Amino acid sequence: MDFDPKHDYPLGTQRPDLISTPGGMPLSDVTLDSLRAGRIDSTEIRATPETLRLQSQVARAAGREPLAESLERAAELAAVPDHLLLAVYTALRPRRATAAQLEEWAAQLEVHGADRTAGFVREAAGVYAERGLLADA
Amino acid sequence: MRSRRFVSREARDLHRETLVSPLPELGLVAADGPLDPQPDLVLEDGVVVRMDGRAAAEFDVIDRFVVAHGLDLEVAAEAMALDDAELARMLVDIGVPRAELVRLARGLTPAKLARVIGLLDPVELMLALKKLRARRAPSNQAHVTNLKESPALLAADAAEAARRGFAEIETTVGVARYAPLNAIALLVGSQTGRPGVMTQCAVEERRNLELAIRGLVTYAETLSVYGTEPVFVDGDDTPWSKAFLGAAYASRGVKVRFTSGTGSEALMGYAQGLSMLYLEARCLAAVRAAGSQGVQNGSISCVALVLAVPGGTRAILGENVLAAWLDLEVASGNDAIASHSEIRKTAKLMGQFLPGTDFVTSGYSVMPRRDNTFGGGNFDADDLDEWLTVQRDWQVDAGIEPVSEEEVLRVREQAAQAVQAVFQELGLPPVSNDEVAAATTGYDSSEMPDRDRAADVEAADELLARGVSGLDVALALDQRGFGEIAEAVLSMQRQRVSADYLQTSSVIDADGLVHSAVNDPNLYSGPGTGYRLEGERWELLQSLPNVVDPAKLLGSDTEGEAVVVERGEAMKGDDSTEVVVAVGPAFADAIRKTINDLSHKDVLQAMCDGVRDGGATPRVVRVRRVADVAFIAHDGARISGSGIALGIQSKGTAVIHRADLEPLDNLELFGMSPLYTLESYRAMGRNAAGYALGQRVGPVPTELDNFARAKLIVRTTLLHARETQAVRPGAAPVELELAAVPAAAG
Repeated sequence: MDFDPKHDYPLGTQRPDLISTPGGMPLSDVTLDSLRAGRIDSTEIRATPETLRLQSQVARAAGREPLAESLERAAELAAVPDHLLLAVYTALRPRRATAAQLEEWAAQLEVHGADRTAGFVREAAGVYAERGLLADA
Repeated sequence: MRSRRFVSREARDLHRETLVSPLPELGLVAADGPLDPQPDLVLEDGVVVRMDGRAAAEFDVIDRFVVAHGLDLEVAAEAMALDDAELARMLVDIGVPRAELVRLARGLTPAKLARVIGLLDPVELMLALKKLRARRAPSNQAHVTNLKESPALLAADAAEAARRGFAEIETTVGVARYAPLNAIALLVGSQTGRPGVMTQCAVEERRNLELAIRGLVTYAETLSVYGTEPVFVDGDDTPWSKAFLGAAYASRGVKVRFTSGTGSEALMGYAQGLSMLYLEARCLAAVRAAGSQGVQNGSISCVALVLAVPGGTRAILGENVLAAWLDLEVASGNDAIASHSEIRKTAKLMGQFLPGTDFVTSGYSVMPRRDNTFGGGNFDADDLDEWLTVQRDWQVDAGIEPVSEEEVLRVREQAAQAVQAVFQELGLPPVSNDEVAAATTGYDSSEMPDRDRAADVEAADELLARGVSGLDVALALDQRGFGEIAEAVLSMQRQRVSADYLQTSSVIDADGLVHSAVNDPNLYSGPGTGYRLEGERWELLQSLPNVVDPAKLLGSDTEGEAVVVERGEAMKGDDSTEVVVAVGPAFADAIRKTINDLSHKDVLQAMCDGVRDGGATPRVVRVRRVADVAFIAHDGARISGSGIALGIQSKGTAVIHRADLEPLDNLELFGMSPLYTLESYRAMGRNAAGYALGQRVGPVPTELDNFARAKLIVRTTLLHARETQAVRPGAAPVELELAAVPAAAG
């Protein structure tokens, strides 16, 4: 799959061959016929980590490094369950979590392969410690 | 002692607002605040040790985030070394490409960015914005809400918004538990109006994410950031939590746009003595660093505060430019009520309207103001024709299309019926036929039948518990025969899988193709380049439903009986008591009525009667060589035995003239033809007789209608065109006789 992030965008129309649902259904199979036949589940309707990584490459090739970074985090978080996502968000809010708790959440993210995002949480913990944004232990 | 004029002005809407002089300590200063730091950036061994007047140890949470994730240290030295004025000139230099400016911005500190923007005047800011906008074509976003949270009305309004060309539609809730129902109504309505329109439901983040996961919404712009640490923390977030949330949304296939805007820090009490524009530069640096593709900015809900200080409108335009310079999609405010004054509101709008932004408003209220639960709606349903007309006036595309009443009714009804079907299929409380009818034709939610709101919120909770998703909505539509809408809803689900709309400044066209800054970038580099309103799109935006074909307006009056009969060339008269009534070339011929709809026959009769009342003898001639009223009258005077003539153009403008005056001089001019009655023409005749008989004459009293010109200038032009078409150069005047009244039949 030679992918050219400068020319293969939009993926949905330029490179549908590279896109599938989390269950492996090709984009072209997401049709009313499949829906009527009960072949699509709502959990299938989301971008895969792979698709989000391709989008990250597109953003990077367009010179948008922070957006590319965010899409890399998104690719990791695509595999993270909803409840963990919301729990980590809450922990990152001001004075919600201690340094140890943030470290725990980072470790949880790593369990789901979200290493980059785990690093992001640890970075926040360091800054929060210096700016008084951690919860009292 | 009071001046009545001052008193009168104080009663105008504008004076409900408080204007204040700058008070920098409270952040009440638009730009270039006395306490804003000098821009600087000091690196040691590739590490930032000082930025904008602060040492690294003193960096607050925003500085730290911008340094860690935003500032591009590879460009910083080069960019920071550039002179402020030089950078400012590059922003408006069409020879400097956007890409180069965007590259340099990555290395500029917030203080430097604010300083440079502060050097541009309003017109320079507009040029910079036109050049720096991320996506090629501008677009617009709609707000759709109503006080009763009526699903039929939400769907109908969303359909109308989509049909009118809005690329995004935002709703919110009065009662939080309504969120899934409102999201469904918006999804169904929007896809009825135009496939591909993106929707959002502004609610608390957790609820919002849940709607997103279910495919009921496609974008979010609720992620607010602030320019000082205390306000950021009071908003219960940090740049890290917001950046995480942004990635979380993206991971669920939601387009994310952050929100910031001048004035919020002052309003929330911790502006730290810094100017609004500088604080916004800090916000925007953080937004970019967080990896947001775009921002909703332009003061947003604090706009009235920013407009209270000098230069507020300029600062707001400046912050839009700043966001575009940082390569962010810009949804440029103009949503919250900026002023009570229609003049001031519109003047402020022009900053974004004329250059065009990714979304000219971040919420145009498609429904009347009272139904806008976002807190007003700066421009609303009642302003729509004005918006369309101003687009047409400037030949500017500000993202709203004219649509006929018939077509609007069609899509509104279809959307209301579609949401009725979906509610039934999903087992939600029924939407009645009365609701469908009221949503189709009604003015606002006061006309909507009341619903059982307790049943609605209960059903909404249960809907979430059942895990109903966008797929279920598509299936329900399909089963009830709304195949095209079902396909459009499903197409939005496919978009979530390919995630193309996560790229900067994305909108989706009716064929499902994503247009973003990646595949459809703004490459404006001066006249003849970039997005220009021309061709089919310009045809569309100028064809308002109320536009009339001037050829049809011209009409034709030649039908019917003759009013006058020509009796040969008119010679100089020798009766010193005669007054010539001189009519224009088309009078009572190609034109039969004045602009005030008086028949020429009656007018001629009234003038002649007036002349007789005054003791003189009327003589009617037609001047054929010229259409100008002064010359018509003067030509008449020259052949009048008394030297006096009353000249009249077909549209009804009249002049009393005397042979020895210069043609463009006169005795009395009657230029207010739309106001004249037959009695006016009779009075003119009397006065003309008075002049002819050498009497003392007081001018005929005249009235003024200062709007007559604005109202009637088009008809005047068309009538006059017919008069000039009837002109026969060099032809002598002819004697006229009133046609005999035809004998009654039998």
